[in-house]
Amino acid sequence: MDELGDIIQEFLVESHENLDQLDRDLVALEQDPGSREMLSSIFRTIHTIKGTSGFLAFHRLETLTHAGESLLSRLRDGAQRMNPASADALLAMVDTVRTLLGSIEESGGEGDVDVEPVIAMVAACIEDPAAPKPAQASAPAPKAEPRPAEAVESAEPTAPVQAPEQPEAAEALAAEVVESVETAEAVPARAAKGQASDEPTGQNNKRSIADSSIRVDVDLLDTLMRLVGELVLTRNQIVRGVSEISDPALVRTTQRLNLITSELQESVMKTRMQPIDHIWSKLPRVVRDLSGAMGKQVKLAMEGKETELDRSLLEAVKDPLTHLVRNAVDHGIETSAERVAKGKDPQGTLTLRAAHEGGHVVVEIKDDGAGIDVDRVAQTALDRGVVTRDQLSRMDSREIIALVFRPGFSTAKKVTNVSGRGVGMDVVKTNIEQIGGAVDVDSTLGAGTTWRLTIPLTLAIIQALTVECGAERYAIPQVGVDELVFVDGQSGQTIEHVSGAPVYRLRGKLLPLVRLDETLGLPVRNSDRDVYIAVLQADGRRFGLVVDRVLNTEEIVVKPLSGRMKDVGVYAGSTIVGDGKVALILDIPSLARRAHLAAEAVERAQVDQADSRPRDSHIERLLIAGIGERRVAIPLDMVTRLEEFPVQRIERVGSREVVQYRDHILPVIRLASLLGCYDVEEGETVPAVVYTERGRSVALVVQQIVDIVEDHIESRSDLDDDGLTGSAVIQQRVTELLDVRRAILAADPRFYAEMSESMVGA
Amino acid sequence: MPSRQYATFEVADQLFGVDVAQVQEVLRFHEYTRVPLAPTSVGGLFNLRGQVIDAVDLRVQLGLPPRDLSVPAMNVIVSVDDEWVSLLVDRIGEVIELDDEAFEPPPDTLAGAYRHLIVGTFKLEDRLMLALDARRAADTTVPVPAQHADEARMARSA
Repeated sequence: MDELGDIIQEFLVESHENLDQLDRDLVALEQDPGSREMLSSIFRTIHTIKGTSGFLAFHRLETLTHAGESLLSRLRDGAQRMNPASADALLAMVDTVRTLLGSIEESGGEGDVDVEPVIAMVAACIEDPAAPKPAQASAPAPKAEPRPAEAVESAEPTAPVQAPEQPEAAEALAAEVVESVETAEAVPARAAKGQASDEPTGQNNKRSIADSSIRVDVDLLDTLMRLVGELVLTRNQIVRGVSEISDPALVRTTQRLNLITSELQESVMKTRMQPIDHIWSKLPRVVRDLSGAMGKQVKLAMEGKETELDRSLLEAVKDPLTHLVRNAVDHGIETSAERVAKGKDPQGTLTLRAAHEGGHVVVEIKDDGAGIDVDRVAQTALDRGVVTRDQLSRMDSREIIALVFRPGFSTAKKVTNVSGRGVGMDVVKTNIEQIGGAVDVDSTLGAGTTWRLTIPLTLAIIQALTVECGAERYAIPQVGVDELVFVDGQSGQTIEHVSGAPVYRLRGKLLPLVRLDETLGLPVRNSDRDVYIAVLQADGRRFGLVVDRVLNTEEIVVKPLSGRMKDVGVYAGSTIVGDGKVALILDIPSLARRAHLAAEAVERAQVDQADSRPRDSHIERLLIAGIGERRVAIPLDMVTRLEEFPVQRIERVGSREVVQYRDHILPVIRLASLLGCYDVEEGETVPAVVYTERGRSVALVVQQIVDIVEDHIESRSDLDDDGLTGSAVIQQRVTELLDVRRAILAADPRFYAEMSESMVGA
Repeated sequence: MPSRQYATFEVADQLFGVDVAQVQEVLRFHEYTRVPLAPTSVGGLFNLRGQVIDAVDLRVQLGLPPRDLSVPAMNVIVSVDDEWVSLLVDRIGEVIELDDEAFEPPPDTLAGAYRHLIVGTFKLEDRLMLALDARRAADTTVPVPAQHADEARMARSA
């Protein structure tokens, strides 16, 4: 909707409210003609309408209200007394104002409403010897007579709605509010389009703006929200109960209840929703002033302004968002000169993007600036004592960038008056996490940075993972859950222990674990197998929460904890689950702090190990493949890609095997035959390790990819067989180290030869 | 003569009473959600028509061993600071009307946890009723003073 449409819309709503008040005031005034207070109030109302109509160029409305204002000012100042004639004239004026407003609402213009008779009638009441017009006064007066009563009557239903005290009434009202919100959206659209095809008198069944929008106390909406939450839970219980009874009629009714409840929930949630534009609208100015002050050129682009979220969340997101935008202009985008030197457009672009994504609102703040320098972040983190050199050595670049969220970190070279005022990214993170959201960052050096806020749609209802531990169920807010892992005892997976602290090898990296039963002081189920690990993310670290069982993901209504539970610290709230029982919601950041201790134990252990090792040893990342009963380790830098080939696609060329792969003929060597295991069973597909160097590839077919580990090879023997360089103990198992070069040559004898030729040729 | 109504109940054979105006309702309930790491006086949470209510184990508050919550327990739901809290009790008694004159401050011999939670005593015909301070009884943040069973007996005989 265009801006003028918005203003007219507001003007209409406001004027309708005022006119209803005016009707009551005028009638009251007749009872008490001398009331100055009443007269002043009426005068002010008319004056306001006059002012706005002048501004909006509704000239007839302006002239009319001007006439009314003249009479009112005389009455107010005591220049003349109120009498029935002037009351009639004023009421007639109010009615005509209402007709004009109706016309504006219908067609966007004043239409052909004739205001002259009423103006004359009002003017006739002014006992001003300079302009007596007694002749005209009598004619329109009778016409206007029936109107006052009508106006008063019609004023009743549109009178401001009192917040009902009965909660039962609140539900009934909900539907009304929701409906009126929708109508309110529809009406201005019509007004803006200026469709004059409808009857200009407003005598149609479309509701006028005053009827279609009301002001509602936010507390009432909160109550509604709570009641709907209860309804959702009750619905869930009924749905569960009915699924056990096979009564078709009941099932149908339940389905209907299910639908209606969902719709009601959505509608009530909508009443609290506001577009994110409410907080974005201030940002262009922020960006403009800031970039001006810093000698930068920044273009601000916004996508998804209309994305809505709960108003309380909107409020909570405002400051972090402003901070990120300031930060992007201050530290992200380079000065024009720097950008030109790098061959970029001198004008930087800052893009704000908001969208709904799986029950959350995702807000991105993206700049095409310098990007985050991983080395500088690492150095700063070291200097500030945020991490130790040792911790740093085990981090990948993404983890290092995430250090900017740690308390005590700020990459600003100098403290500017812009974003380096001691308020760091850690505050942004804390604020967002407080409302159950998450923030992460992605950056490419030289190309820009993207900050991503994931915000729940509403505080009251969240997506949660329900898990079981001991005899109780617990809910974990879904936003903190990265993935779920089942520790399958049958396939030999188990939780390991590093100096007493439980860890799990997740794709080759040690994941510190927190046992929920242990943390909560429940009887510990002494098992390292056949348990579930929820991989969680909070406070800038990843850790696994060990639970007995994962039940499902569902929407839950968050209930605040009483004071006596808050002190415990591990719970973020409680909720009522499908069967009506209460489940506690776990507080992930608080669990993360416990995980922190576990993680430190792991780190200490790794440091100890490192110290006890010879100086020249280095960490090797190895891919462990299974071939029959044997395990073979392949250095990860000899693995370009892991593929799965259907057995029947492996073709023969002479004595060799090949497979068509990405429009090339890829030589294949089966490690089983190379290593002399012939009793290997094959499935329909076989996993293969593809190694590519300078455009030449080979595939090493294995039986099974077991794991990727990061390991110091502790005991190595030179018990080598053909095709192996030795063996070592990895994950408590003797693992053979593949002589990759030999294996490659077995697949493609010319692999290295042609390569050197081509290098010579190049 | 000014009088007051008390809702009465028993814990460990002792009769207690709270001002009837504070009592929201009384019900028997059995499905409590335990709250690990919470003070032992927090018996658990339960769902009362969509509201999550804390159940406070009065036995623990009185320095006695905790109640077995696997069997249904009686809940006296009281309103404390605009919040509903359930007090877990053994048995529900009648609502009795007592003259304010029958009220006496707690005897000096009343010891430990009892003393902390009791605002006064009423002598009934055949037994003594201890008037409970509902707010203190529902407050689980104050550590319960250690008390032995014989002290509790002393309190009853007082």
